[in-house]
Amino acid sequence: MNARLLPRIRIVLISLVCVIGNSAHAEPAKKTIDFNRDIRPILSENCFQCHGPDKNKRKADLRLDTKEGLFDEIDDTHPVVPGKPADSDLLRRMLTTDVEDHMPPAKSNKSLSAEQVASIKKWIEEGAEYKGHWAYLAPVRAAEPAVDGNIKHPIDKFILAKLKEQNLKPANEADKITLCRRVYFDLLGLPPTPAQVDQFAHDPSPDAYDKLVDMLLTNPHFGERMAQFWLDQVRYADTIGYHSDNPMNVSPYRDWVIAAFNQNMPFDQFTIEQIAGDLLPNSTVAQKVATAYNRLLQTTEEGGAQPREYIAKYAADRVRNMSAVWMAQTMGCCECHDHKFDPITTKEFYGMEAFFADVQEAAVGKREPGLPLPTAPQQKEINDIDRTLAAAKIKLDAAAPELSTAQLAWEKTVSTEVKWDVLDPQTFVVQGESKLKKLEGGILQTVYKVAATENYVITAHAPANGITGFRLETLRDDALPAQGPGNAPNGNFVLSDIKVSTVGKDGNATPVTLSSVSADFSQEGYSIATLVDAKRKNKKNTGWAILPQTGKSHQALFEFAKPLTGEGGSRLIFTLEFQSAFPQHTIGKFRLSSSTAAQPSRHTIPDPVRDALAVLPEKRSDAQKNVVAAHYRTISPLFRPIRDQIVSLEQKKQQLLDAMPKCLVTTAGTPRTVRVLTRGNWLDDSGAVVTPVVPASMGKLGPIQSADHRPTRLDLARWIASRENPLTARVMVNRLWNLFYGRGIARKVDDLGSQGEWPTHPELLDWLAVDFMENGWDIKRIVRQMVTSATYRESSIPTQEQREHDPANQWFAHQGRFRLDAEFVRDNALSVSGMLVDSIGGPSVYPYQPAGYWSFLNFPAREWQNDKGTNLYRRGLYTHWQRTFLHPSLLAFDAPTREEAVCERTKSNVPQQALTLLNDPTYVEAARVFAEHLVRGATGDQARIDLAFRQALSRSPKPQESELVLKLLEKHRKEYIADNTAAEKIVSAGDAPSAKDLNPAELAAWTSVARTVLNLHETITRN
Amino acid sequence: MNAYESMKRLASRRSFLNRSACGIGSLALAALLNPAMARAAGTANASSLGVINPRHFAPKAKRVIYLYMAGGPSHLETLDYKPKLLEMSGKPMPESFTKGQPIAQLQNQALKCFAPQHEFKKFGKSGQEICGLFPHMGSVADELCIIRSMVTEAINHDPAHTFMNTGTTISGRPSMGSWLWYGLGSEAENLPGFVVLTSTGNSGQKQPIASRMWHSGFLPSKFQGVHFQSKGDAVMYLGTPNGISANQQRDVIDAVERLNRIEDAVVEDPEIATRISQYEMAFKMQTSVPGLMDLSQEPKETMELYGTKGADGSFAANCLLARRLAERGVRFIQVYHRDWDHHGGLKDGISTIAKEVDQPAAALIKDLKQRGMLDETLVIWGGEFGRTPMAQGNGRDHHIKGFSLWMAGGGIKGGITHGSTDDLGYNAVENIVPVHDLHATLLHQLGIDHKRLTVKAQGRDFRLTDISGELVTSILA
Repeated sequence: MNARLLPRIRIVLISLVCVIGNSAHAEPAKKTIDFNRDIRPILSENCFQCHGPDKNKRKADLRLDTKEGLFDEIDDTHPVVPGKPADSDLLRRMLTTDVEDHMPPAKSNKSLSAEQVASIKKWIEEGAEYKGHWAYLAPVRAAEPAVDGNIKHPIDKFILAKLKEQNLKPANEADKITLCRRVYFDLLGLPPTPAQVDQFAHDPSPDAYDKLVDMLLTNPHFGERMAQFWLDQVRYADTIGYHSDNPMNVSPYRDWVIAAFNQNMPFDQFTIEQIAGDLLPNSTVAQKVATAYNRLLQTTEEGGAQPREYIAKYAADRVRNMSAVWMAQTMGCCECHDHKFDPITTKEFYGMEAFFADVQEAAVGKREPGLPLPTAPQQKEINDIDRTLAAAKIKLDAAAPELSTAQLAWEKTVSTEVKWDVLDPQTFVVQGESKLKKLEGGILQTVYKVAATENYVITAHAPANGITGFRLETLRDDALPAQGPGNAPNGNFVLSDIKVSTVGKDGNATPVTLSSVSADFSQEGYSIATLVDAKRKNKKNTGWAILPQTGKSHQALFEFAKPLTGEGGSRLIFTLEFQSAFPQHTIGKFRLSSSTAAQPSRHTIPDPVRDALAVLPEKRSDAQKNVVAAHYRTISPLFRPIRDQIVSLEQKKQQLLDAMPKCLVTTAGTPRTVRVLTRGNWLDDSGAVVTPVVPASMGKLGPIQSADHRPTRLDLARWIASRENPLTARVMVNRLWNLFYGRGIARKVDDLGSQGEWPTHPELLDWLAVDFMENGWDIKRIVRQMVTSATYRESSIPTQEQREHDPANQWFAHQGRFRLDAEFVRDNALSVSGMLVDSIGGPSVYPYQPAGYWSFLNFPAREWQNDKGTNLYRRGLYTHWQRTFLHPSLLAFDAPTREEAVCERTKSNVPQQALTLLNDPTYVEAARVFAEHLVRGATGDQARIDLAFRQALSRSPKPQESELVLKLLEKHRKEYIADNTAAEKIVSAGDAPSAKDLNPAELAAWTSVARTVLNLHETITRN
Repeated sequence: MNAYESMKRLASRRSFLNRSACGIGSLALAALLNPAMARAAGTANASSLGVINPRHFAPKAKRVIYLYMAGGPSHLETLDYKPKLLEMSGKPMPESFTKGQPIAQLQNQALKCFAPQHEFKKFGKSGQEICGLFPHMGSVADELCIIRSMVTEAINHDPAHTFMNTGTTISGRPSMGSWLWYGLGSEAENLPGFVVLTSTGNSGQKQPIASRMWHSGFLPSKFQGVHFQSKGDAVMYLGTPNGISANQQRDVIDAVERLNRIEDAVVEDPEIATRISQYEMAFKMQTSVPGLMDLSQEPKETMELYGTKGADGSFAANCLLARRLAERGVRFIQVYHRDWDHHGGLKDGISTIAKEVDQPAAALIKDLKQRGMLDETLVIWGGEFGRTPMAQGNGRDHHIKGFSLWMAGGGIKGGITHGSTDDLGYNAVENIVPVHDLHATLLHQLGIDHKRLTVKAQGRDFRLTDISGELVTSILA
């Protein structure tokens, strides 16, 4: 032992006595030091940064996160020598006053308290027993502790045993009203009605509470409540998150989650279906919808985004989320380096990414509409259409002798029908930034690119009389981005409109009506047909585009309503508009031609047919003959009725499909190659190729079919949801406990790694985890376990002793008391006022939102449209979840934007919450409708005040409360009688019909009462 | 840490009211130890101290006004003159610059040099070179520290904004305004400590700005920036409903408070005291915010200085509002102009936007100076990245390897240019300033060691500068 250290140790010990002396009651002296509870957190926080799992940052080759590292000899010393603090270099370095030698070094901004150093010393003295990190060891069902009294519930036994150690007494049972409200809020996210409270409060049977719990667990609102809990974690939202933040179709997934909880789907199955439902044999539609989980991440449509960069972002996002949701691990760190605190390497991180490498998606660009989800009658209708269609097509293909004669006649006319005369542009002006130049053959090309939106105005001489239509050829060119033909970076364009007019000799321009159009290709959602759609309103978001078929030429054919009669010499003016919300989506190179053929837009001849026709009939191959014959069937007047039938059936089917809800789902494809990205740099492709693998420290995958089988998402999902995984069950029961007790057993519900907090009741946590798994991952059962304990039923008002000795309530001597979550604040107000529309599921809804809140969204610019009718009064979890601009009243109450996993919401108390409850139209309307119920529901001021309290707080008012409310009522009654205009305004707030039969001044005064009650702290508190 | 220190630290946190550990006793003690606390306790959310107390260094600045030019201003037409680029105009960009570098919309296209579209001039005694379209900025050139060697890490708008505001491209981390408010608290009575104003002009693509840019991330959500709207209620739900007078609103709030106190007498929940004070704060905001937004009391000369007619959401009006917010003690004020994305039509686009931005930005400097506030206010003007020396048609693409911004006041040297890019304005080559260094310097000027303003989340200590950040010492006055 270094002699110069002695004085220092003495000081440490003296101050240690002080610390213990001061806090003797709050923290009774520990009997013995537990490595995982007491030592590992100190080492993790202060030492692992340089002496932990990250081999690249490890200093002096010393590692303190493993048994070997702690005890083996290194540089002629031992960090830890059991029983011999004086010989343990770890302790010496913590105690030394030598600035050079002292650990942790000053520049780390870390320092150890005297108490922490004393704990390490004591641990060494006691023999320095080492344990692996608790959360990576399989949970074992601990024996239920023996406790005094007739205690049956296992949870109570664990809690009481600890309370006894802490010299704390449990709180008394809560009164029945409080208990009833608590369990309604916890299990349904809704308040009980006065009748429901009465029923429970007056049920004398000993199992009244158990019956209530059972009843609530079968209530369909249970699924909504649990979905709210789950959707934060999986970061469910209705929009893509990055840049344009456009919508994506995922609401059926939200409904799947609700249904899964309601049907009590076992948690292992719940897990497997979300991660890999598509890979299950004969997977059902519901199992496919579950895999929307893999599509919930943020994606981008930003122009100029590089696919490789976003592929890397998405891959990392998925691993971050999956590891946070199911394993409470912070694997995100390992995208750039080995984890500093937990045994996870960068290579393992990318190995986890590799499981998801089969997920098919656009790296950059619009999400696809997703899997159509017909209802049973819709499915039947589609099946019927498909059957009729199939029959019609057979008829179309059937041999028809009369056809060949007609075909021969047609073939003779073909050459005239397809004749197009190139129009020679006389003037070509750009309204915008760029210019057009004329090339040979009437081709125009942009010289510069280009403002966000432009118009091209082209004039040409009409080459003939009787022009019936024109052709727009968009031409590929190597000089254009992605070979064009558009000027957008991806080669696309959006022709938002095209107008034609003629100029006669008199110089007057006359617009020409287009009657029909066709194109060889149109992008999904950007059909050429929109250009002649009279009902089209929005030119920002529609038009003709060609993604993904860029890099090749296309053509569109336009037909006039009637042939032009102008004499030779008259001019044509074409205006090509590019006014969509997509900047620079103009055409880079193109040509216009005209035709005098009848119905030119309907006589497009595909290239293979044209080629075949160029061969004399007798010299055509069989294939060529078939091509021509097949094409003729599509235009022959003989088959028009059957063709019309097919077209109308296909349209009908499309309309059905368009109207159907759709959901993004996971489609598996050939897995992408996944490499380790050095320091997360996506530009660096020198890293090693990895295959799917789980972190070695957390176990290994279950049996794999064969040696050459590449592990899949299904293998991963089965591993996560297996008994062999030490984390999954613990994570889930810990979070459920947090939900029902207001604090996790392991405090940090998002991190069970070494930087998390040691569980206050490790045996209870493990008991619950094992109980959960052994009973088939039954969620309703484990929830019932948690909410039926005596501990759950305790009062939430701490005793003086509890306040002093356990202010954070870590020993659960009383229940928690906390504000309702954002959605439930809303649900509660609507429910109390009788306005809640409690239908379950469906597309997301748009309750009132202040105008202009979306003004900083773009591509395209948008305005929130308030819903009408029942959709204004749906539960909060159905609100359209716009990631970049979440509904402000949800945001005010800490609803997360759902960009990353949130496993526990903050519960803030800020002025925006007061503003919301006071002034948000939703709450103003709820208050005035609540007032109407009060006026109709009881007679006399006192009776109405009673009703208000019972409705909102499930209890009667105290006399002093009544008195206070009455005073407010009388004052406002007087004021509103004097100002009827004001009264009229407040009693007609919102869309709900106003009560014409009631006195406005009276109703307005009661609205003030209702607003007061809805704003109470107690109203938005679960206690 | 001794008991006195720990008490003081505890007392310094606004959150003490939320901690059930602290009853009235500790509150009183806190007030004794720190008189500012007494005031803070009374007004709840108003003036208060942050977690950095005392500050790590003597602060040079009390607050920040960040004029955020969203879209990516071209450094080559604002602050970084490149005659060589004029010579090379139309010629291929040497591959030595661009090979293997990330590129946004110019992917797979021929890369050609594009001359600076506007002349530069020398301004002030310092002779700083600034594009001639910005004569007003030129008139305060001796106050400006121009940095020509910024680099960032993300080449698309959304991640680049997120990086500039939060120090990482991963969503969900606290923004710099939230960090400052959390670290230092706020001196603003009846106003949030972090206010965001946004304006749109008539040039370039209007960049979407996500509320993520002012989110508090995993800091307590009360440190979230508040976006003041220029239309309708400045703050969400600020307006009293139709048919309810201010007095009646007050009556309801009084009744709520009294009823809450009755409940508190039974349950003794410190959250109730906080709730009561938040209703007070909300009521005060209902009067103070409209007063703040009302520019009609400003003298004519001031309106003319900024070039605004009134609070119309223009950048000029917002610069004036920024000064008013600064006067009221708001810690971090961010004023967005979101029209700087000039992929095409750069020449005219810059001319248009210069008219919208030049005069108000310079007016802000002059106005702060004449009020003696410039020394204590750090003003920053800049965007999320710059633009390529290469042409994209008649515009420029996104560029992250070298771009410019300026800082003024707040203990930063005026009249200097720091760092430079190469001859073509592609790579920052001298005194390179990564975004984290800008953050470190900003925090330093407010008295914070960027390595010691941390919050623990997801198992580790996070900070605005992530794992890097060096103080840019040579620009400090």
